[in-house]
Amino acid sequence: MPALIQHPGYSESELQRVEEKLVCRESQVSMLLSIFGEPQQYSYPSVFIYGHAATGKSLVTQTLLRELQLPHALLNCVECFTSRLLFEHILNQLYAHSPSPDNEFSSHTRCDSFNDFIRLYRQLADLHQQDTTYIVTEAEALRDMDANLLSGFLRLQELVGGNVTVIFLSEIVWEKFRPNTGCFEPLKICFPDYSKAELQQILSLDHHPDYSADLYASYINILLGVFYSVCRDLKELRHLAALNFTKFCEPLVKGEAKECDTHKLWRNIEPHLKKAMQTVYLREISSSQWEEMQQKEGELHLKGLSAHAHVELPYYSKYLLIAAYLASFNPTRADKRFFLKHHGKIKKTNFLKKHEKTSNHLLGPKPFPLDRLLAIFYSIVDSRVAPTANIFSQISSLVVLQLLALVGHDDQLNSPKYKCAVSFDFIRAIARTVNFEIVKYLYDFL
Amino acid sequence: MSKRKSKEICLTSGECISQAQRILRERFCHQKIPGKPFGVESQHKHLLELLKRTAVHGESNSVLIVGPRGAGKTMLLNCVLNELLEVKHVQENVLQVQLNGLLQTDDRIALKEITRQLHLENVVGDKVFGSFAENLAFLLEALKKGDRSSSRPVLFILDEFDLFAHHKNQTLLYNLFDVSQSAQTPVAVIGLTCRLDVLELLEKRVKSRFSHRQIHLLSSFRFKQYLEIFKMQLSLPDDFTDRRFAEEWNQNIKSLCEDRSVEDILQKHFCSSKDFRSLHMLLMLALSRVTVSHPAIKPTDLLEASRLCTMDSKANILHGLSVLELCLIIAMKHLNDIYDGEPFNFQMVHNEFQKFIQRKSHSVHNFEKPVVIKAFEHLHQLELIKPMEGPSVRTQKEYQLVKLLLDNSQIMDALQKYPQCPTDVKQWAASAFG
Repeated sequence: MPALIQHPGYSESELQRVEEKLVCRESQVSMLLSIFGEPQQYSYPSVFIYGHAATGKSLVTQTLLRELQLPHALLNCVECFTSRLLFEHILNQLYAHSPSPDNEFSSHTRCDSFNDFIRLYRQLADLHQQDTTYIVTEAEALRDMDANLLSGFLRLQELVGGNVTVIFLSEIVWEKFRPNTGCFEPLKICFPDYSKAELQQILSLDHHPDYSADLYASYINILLGVFYSVCRDLKELRHLAALNFTKFCEPLVKGEAKECDTHKLWRNIEPHLKKAMQTVYLREISSSQWEEMQQKEGELHLKGLSAHAHVELPYYSKYLLIAAYLASFNPTRADKRFFLKHHGKIKKTNFLKKHEKTSNHLLGPKPFPLDRLLAIFYSIVDSRVAPTANIFSQISSLVVLQLLALVGHDDQLNSPKYKCAVSFDFIRAIARTVNFEIVKYLYDFL
Repeated sequence: MSKRKSKEICLTSGECISQAQRILRERFCHQKIPGKPFGVESQHKHLLELLKRTAVHGESNSVLIVGPRGAGKTMLLNCVLNELLEVKHVQENVLQVQLNGLLQTDDRIALKEITRQLHLENVVGDKVFGSFAENLAFLLEALKKGDRSSSRPVLFILDEFDLFAHHKNQTLLYNLFDVSQSAQTPVAVIGLTCRLDVLELLEKRVKSRFSHRQIHLLSSFRFKQYLEIFKMQLSLPDDFTDRRFAEEWNQNIKSLCEDRSVEDILQKHFCSSKDFRSLHMLLMLALSRVTVSHPAIKPTDLLEASRLCTMDSKANILHGLSVLELCLIIAMKHLNDIYDGEPFNFQMVHNEFQKFIQRKSHSVHNFEKPVVIKAFEHLHQLELIKPMEGPSVRTQKEYQLVKLLLDNSQIMDALQKYPQCPTDVKQWAASAFG
């Protein structure tokens, strides 16, 4: 058992409650508490807490503030996307005012600018007298708002002249936040990632009441064995653990194995978990589908999201897309050889002297002018096609469908340039439907 | 200190520490500094003289206080103002207007704020009425009506002065300086800024009305004085309630200053920055470790605090990555080495990673491409890689050109500290080219 967190100014029972709720974060909790100090003392004007997703940044701060009953306001800068929303949200929380049908969802006071916010906040100061007020923000989106907001919040204590601490939570390091004219430097605290043992401990907390704790712990051990090298996000792991536990228990329910047959259980679950990594982890199939599949005990061959990549296109659109793909991934100098019947003599050795270091499929699509697209299009379509308005509107609708991308928006009419934005598998499927052997025409596959 | 003595004050030791914490925290967090600011006597004298001339003799002035962040500009000004307001005649006579470039982001807001702070007639309660033009005309008229001998002098204090220079047409600055140039109501315009080139930001007509009086606060003290400041900041004042505790505390601080390791830490801090804020942060961290069971600051506390201050945050982030993400970073490092810092895309990184897996013939790291893409996107989300093009240019995510925002040495350090790093990954990272 870790030592009880002690701190003057807060009652022991409160601290104990905090400690029970926050597992594996004792040092962070005691550090935050010691920085907070007693309620009446000044705390540091701004604290910047960073760490990976799901390392308990919000959990620790929110539990501390709630359990110790410190006056605080929580806000998320993604939700409050304008400064007015942000200010009113803070004031609402500090005045304990909630927008409801009774007050027609209006906020406590209208507050448009930072200046008004500071003025209103100073009036509020009488409400909480001397106690430190905490404002907790999820800070990443704060950078994209008004330039003065971040600098202002960092020195809110000085601007307000009262006892207030702003806590910033972020996944991104402080260096990416600093404005170019400098600002008040916050106190930076790192929330380190959970180690494997700690993850095991936390995940084992929510074990199933019907089974023993040891069984669940061994299940978590197997789960971490599969997923730990890919994913350390506690939320994700927890979700996966909850999803796959029924499958793990299946042999026990059927009576094929006992709780002590760990090897048998492991053999049962391991391929299942590997499958889960390719499907549920990538959100290829949704969690509810996954659960359904387990109940039916059917084989796991539901089509995922990405398997639905097949798109029904008109005949000429298909050819246009193929032409665009060829134009994007073949160098211009190879066009003559591929698409001209009498291209004269080209020395094979010379031509095949594979240029350079990497293939085009590594570097990505190159932009091409409209003329080249049409030239390739006419040479691969067998019949004569008139360049009607239809053809051109198909090109622009391919852009709208994001199968092609317009490069450089300088000129819409005069020789626009395009890029092909589809994958190789996709174009191969399309080419197969029109009996076109695309691999023969691709420079990389010669 | 004998055991018996310590027992005698044991009852109050909690209160003592709580009081000491309160006093010191007010210093470090709220910037309430005891006594006069250190090492700026001449600037202090200059500013005081200047403000006195406005406040007592009715002379209009303008001055800029320039210095890097955390050099004590606000502290100096507050100190001077306190001293000025001690004169009874001045206290009754002078009006103060405090503006901040962060808050008053345009002239309209600034003007309302001035009207509010001067308690002029169109203010009811806390609200200001009238349009911008009306406000400006009203304010100018009020300022013009006065003359040097009879009207009350106004001190305009413009914090973050450089931000005011970004306002449209610099109307506010122009009018303030114009009033200070002509024989109207005596005003003193005091600007605080951290930009040395602030005069270049001003328009010609504004610049010509400014008196070009600048006070530079370039902290020019040496390490000896830095130590002195350190001692002064941590010492408890003489009027502390429990004399014995204060004496013991101060004695401890004194011995702390003579400690070799403490000196080393402070030297390191001094070399990285001379400003007060970073010192305050260090002291605050050290102070926060003081409790009843640990009633004095020890050198280890300072060491720990300094470790917290100087931590490399990117190394912390790297420490929490999964093995797959780490492998991708190593692949990117190799790409950087081979192609000399050219930007790369996901395909190239994946290709590099594949090469590693094939050669090692280890199936452990053999992940499907979508899983690898997810790891790549996580790196992007953490801003360890930066896309070269803006978000408006639509390309497939595999082919988006990116750049790695990590140093080779950072990667190698992170690998050393990484818990249970697979040996083959380590070797791959160390090998020169892929």
